[in-house]
Formats: sequence, C-alpha cells, structure tokens
Amino acid sequence: MRQFRQAGISVRLAVGGVLLGGLVLLTSLISLSLGPVEIPAGHVAAVVLSFVGLDLAEVSRTEHLVIEQIRLPRILVGAFVGMALAVAGATMQGLFRNPMADPGIIGVSAGGALGAVIAIATGLTGLFFLALPSFAFVGAVAATFLVYGIAAVGGHFSMATLLLAGVAVNAFLGAVISAIIILLPDNEALREILFWLAGGLDSRAWEHVHISAPLIVGATVVILVRARDLNLLMLGDDEARALGVRVSLTRVALLGAAALATGAAVAVSGTIAFVGLVTPHILRLVLGPDHRVLIPLSALAGAVFVIVADTFARTIIQPAEFRVGVLTAFVGAPFFALLLIRNKRQAYAL
Amino acid sequence: MQTERTASIRADELGFRVEAKALLERVRLHADQGQLVGLIGPNGAGKSTLLRAIAGVLRPQEGAVWLEGEELKTIPARDVAARMALVPQIAPYTHGFTARELVLMGRYPHLGRFQIEGPNDERIAREAMELTETDEFAERTLDTLSGGERQRVFVSRALAQQPRVLLLDEPTANLDVLHKLRVLDLVRQLVDEGLTAVAAIHDLGMAARYCDRLVLLSEGRVLADGTPAEVLAPDIIEAAFGVRSAVYPDPVTGSLVVSLIAPADENGSASAAGANGRSPHHNREAAASPATPGAATT
Repeated sequence: MRQFRQAGISVRLAVGGVLLGGLVLLTSLISLSLGPVEIPAGHVAAVVLSFVGLDLAEVSRTEHLVIEQIRLPRILVGAFVGMALAVAGATMQGLFRNPMADPGIIGVSAGGALGAVIAIATGLTGLFFLALPSFAFVGAVAATFLVYGIAAVGGHFSMATLLLAGVAVNAFLGAVISAIIILLPDNEALREILFWLAGGLDSRAWEHVHISAPLIVGATVVILVRARDLNLLMLGDDEARALGVRVSLTRVALLGAAALATGAAVAVSGTIAFVGLVTPHILRLVLGPDHRVLIPLSALAGAVFVIVADTFARTIIQPAEFRVGVLTAFVGAPFFALLLIRNKRQAYAL
Repeated sequence: MQTERTASIRADELGFRVEAKALLERVRLHADQGQLVGLIGPNGAGKSTLLRAIAGVLRPQEGAVWLEGEELKTIPARDVAARMALVPQIAPYTHGFTARELVLMGRYPHLGRFQIEGPNDERIAREAMELTETDEFAERTLDTLSGGERQRVFVSRALAQQPRVLLLDEPTANLDVLHKLRVLDLVRQLVDEGLTAVAAIHDLGMAARYCDRLVLLSEGRVLADGTPAEVLAPDIIEAAFGVRSAVYPDPVTGSLVVSLIAPADENGSASAAGANGRSPHHNREAAASPATPGAATT
C-alpha cells in the first residue's frame, strides 16, 4: 500500500484504472443478471455482445428486453451519477481545502431538491416526463448561482464566505421544502416527495441517460483538464498564483463544473448521500492527494459504489425496492467511521 | 534611466493600499542579475507585501513591476512562474503531499497541461532536495516534518522551478543556526552563478553578511537603499526600528555586526552607556570601511 502510494502518477493511474475499470464492468454484468427475472451470466454476455453486432447465442426476447430497456439504462444512470458525485466531491474537497467538503456544500443538492419538490407538489410531473429532472436541474443551478453571488459580492471573493453562504442557502432551502411538505394536502404527492428526497434509480430509462451523461462527462473533462491546478489551489491562492495558475478563472471553472455535474446527477437520481464525501476520501488514503490521479479514479470508484449500492437496493427485499440513497448512507456512514478510526493518524494528516 | 542596464527585477513607484491604509507607498526597488538584495525593516513595514507584489501574487494599485525588461502583468502567469520563484514565509498546509511531490510541483510551470513529470523533472527535483538536505525525508508527508524542515522543502521547490529570479520571504526564520548558514550560503552561491535574488531577512547581521545591497522599508516606504555599510548606520536603524545600536565589523567573519543597545525612547542608564561607550565613534569607522564582500564590489 505504502509503496503504491509512492509509485509514479502513471503507475498509480494505470493500475488503479485497470482495477476500478474492471470492477465497473464486473459489477455491471452481475447487476444485469440479478433481479426478479434471473438471467444467467452467459445470456447477459450474449445480449451485451449483440449490442456491438456480435450475435453468438440465442437469447429469449424477454431477457433481451429486460436487459436493454430496464436494467442497462438504470445501471448507466447509476454509473454516471456515481461518477458525477465522486468527481464533484473530490473537486470540492480540493477547492475548500477540506476533506469533509461534499458536493452539496454550495447548495446544489438542496436547490435540486426544491426544484423537484415544486414539480411534484404542483402536479407538473404528471403532465410531462422531463418535468422533474428539468425542475431539479434548474433548481440546482439557481442555488449555486445564488451562493456564488453572495460570496462574490463587492468583488472580493472568498472561499470562507462561499462555505457560509452555502450553509445559509442550504438551511433556507431546507426550510422551504419542509414548509411545502407540511402544507401539502395531497398524500400521494407527499409520498412521492419523500421517495424522491431519499434518492433512487427506480424506473430510470434511456432518456435519463441521454439528459445526464453529456453534462456529467463534459463537467468531468473540464475538471480533469484543471486537475493539476487544483493541486496548487489546495496549498492556497498565493502558492497557486506564484506557480502560474490563473486563480479566479480556474476556481470558477472548477466550481461551475462540479455544480453542473452534481446538478445533473441530482436531476436524475434525487439526493444520493455519502458517495461524494466518502469515495474521494478513501481513494486519497490509498493514492495520495494528487488530483491527476484522484479525479479520474474517483469517477470510476463512484460508479462502482452506486452500481453496487443500487443492485443491493433493488434485490435485497424483492419484490419491493429499497432506496439507493438510504443504502449508500446506511452502509457508507459506518464504513466511513470505521475507516476514520483505523486511519486516525492519516485522517488527521489529511 | 535609458543608459542604465535592464535590471532583472524592478519595482517602479509601487503603491498598494487596503482600504485607507497604505501598505506600500511609491516603493522603488531593483535587483540586477547576479545580485542578492536584502529587504529589511520592522514588522509591518511592507516586506512581505512588496515581495508578493514583485511575485505578481498581488496586484498593486499604482506602479509597475518589470521582469527582465518586460512589464510583469503583460507576461502570462505560467511564463512568469518558469522565470521567477517565491519561497513563502509561512509554509502553507500541505494536505498529505509528500516532500518529493511538493518539490515536483516546481516543475509544473515547465510542463504542458497534460504532461506528467518525467525522469528529467525527477532528477531536477532530487538535486534540488540534495542541495537543501531534504532528500532524506523525500517520501514523508510534509505535515510530519518540523517547521524548519518544511521551510527547506519549500526552498527546494523554488530551486526545482529553475528560476532566474528568486524571491524569498524570511527563508531562515524557522531554521537552526547550521541550516540558516547552509541555506544562505546556498542562495549566495547560486547568486554568484548568475541568479538574481531578493530576500526579506529579519536578522540584520545575516542580511549584512550575505547581501550585496540592502533596501530598508519602514511604514511602506523605502527609507534607505545601498550597500550594507551605507544602510546599516545607527541613525538610519534608529529611524526605522526605534532602537539605538552600534555597528562594527565582526572580528572573526569581517562582516557587519549590529549590536542593539536599547529602545531609543528610553532614557537613563542605557542611554548613558550608549553615549559614553565607544560605539558611536566606532560606528562611523565601520560604516566607512568596506566591511563585507558585497560592499567591496560596489
């Protein structure tokens, strides 16, 4: 472990990339075969290969449809959401120079939640399919702008003010959501809201992949391009400037990209807790703090985390479904606490 | 002005204020290639502010900084970083980076955006760490090192940047006497090989011993600029620091020593000792004689 930490960037990237990339494929294939209809691994492989034009074996129409229309889009949405949350978490932790920062720190999750709650409470979700994700996305972006606007007032931007503005906006939006829930006469809508707030990937379809994936991939690319600058920003603005980073521009690009990725994730999955906090944190213990390694591997590890959690969520209490957001927190929080205790010294050193 | 050769670094009439308070006022400073210029002055005189303005880390409201004849704000930030390095006064919190990783950051300005440090960069970083004797703890994270060790790692990083101009903010503040001498000897040696350096140095004796020129700042203004012998005169020291002193060449090293006698506003026995002692007379002799290698060259 220690030797791996000291290995060169390309070694850590290559080994980590192969391991985690393999895990993404493996967990996806296992997830594809599990569910109310058990599909043997051979059939899963045959269906997946048929997507790339290789028809090797006969697979029943039902199995093909279940994989293509139900399980695959759901797994893909989960993978992209996990990627978005972990990458945004790693970015926020770097920008705030604080390993406890979370993608929701600048109000983006709460904004998304309020957007979704409004869409459900007004009944718009019944009118058109994309009402919920679009409202959630607009809410997420608007909340981010509000928080950033408060922190940038008077031309003197400060990360400390950003953090406090995030706390204020989060509390305010939370209060608005509670007020709506309390005043809502419709029990069905209430249940839908609570369901959404717990975060879930049930009945996610290809449309959800299509609306979220481009934003998430684009934001991740923007962050990857500036991963090295993020290393310097972590040491302070003066340090970064003295080593050639255009600090304001870089910070806005990184904040914007992290907010966009989180907003897109919240729009299609609700608020899934803990992925953004815990994934980069664990990777940092193994790989060190260099963002050129941390960001791409967080993307893969976040995908694995959500795919695995969602597979459990939809299989452990069949035929009912558990909420993936509840599960990530349920498993993630104790695991995180355990990790903190075991690595107390390193955790402090972070 | 036109006949003067281009200074490696020149600050021209810098003015910087925060709200109503002027931290720098019409400050001029220049360092020619192969010169070590020492910045001295009391706490709050503006030494760090001036170094940060020269480094381009903060933008002064008035005046301009010229790096090798080009105005600093017209040069892309990364090109500046490839030519000029800053060693910060307080080593920042380093979030689990190892000493070697931190030194390698000095190579970033020399690499393309997607280029990863190669064997050549590794070699430059290793050599920079050997020079400050930090290579023995290269793989330790910085938070496990002492203040002085961390400071030397930051000096290494500045060296790995391979700058032509080196700015140091109190580089020896946390160092023990041995490493104080080692680091300043190293800077002096690099300067003799052609580097230009501006260093804020608290210790007046060290500043006199190592620097070619001293610039004395007080309340954001330049109070004196010249050879150590010219600047370190008791009346100038009293005006800037409010302390009466005696200045004389060290009998062993030959460089100037500043003996601090007492705060200038105190009367009584201390004052009497200063007045009837040999020191004031001694001073003038010392100031007139070329007591340091630096002073001898001018």
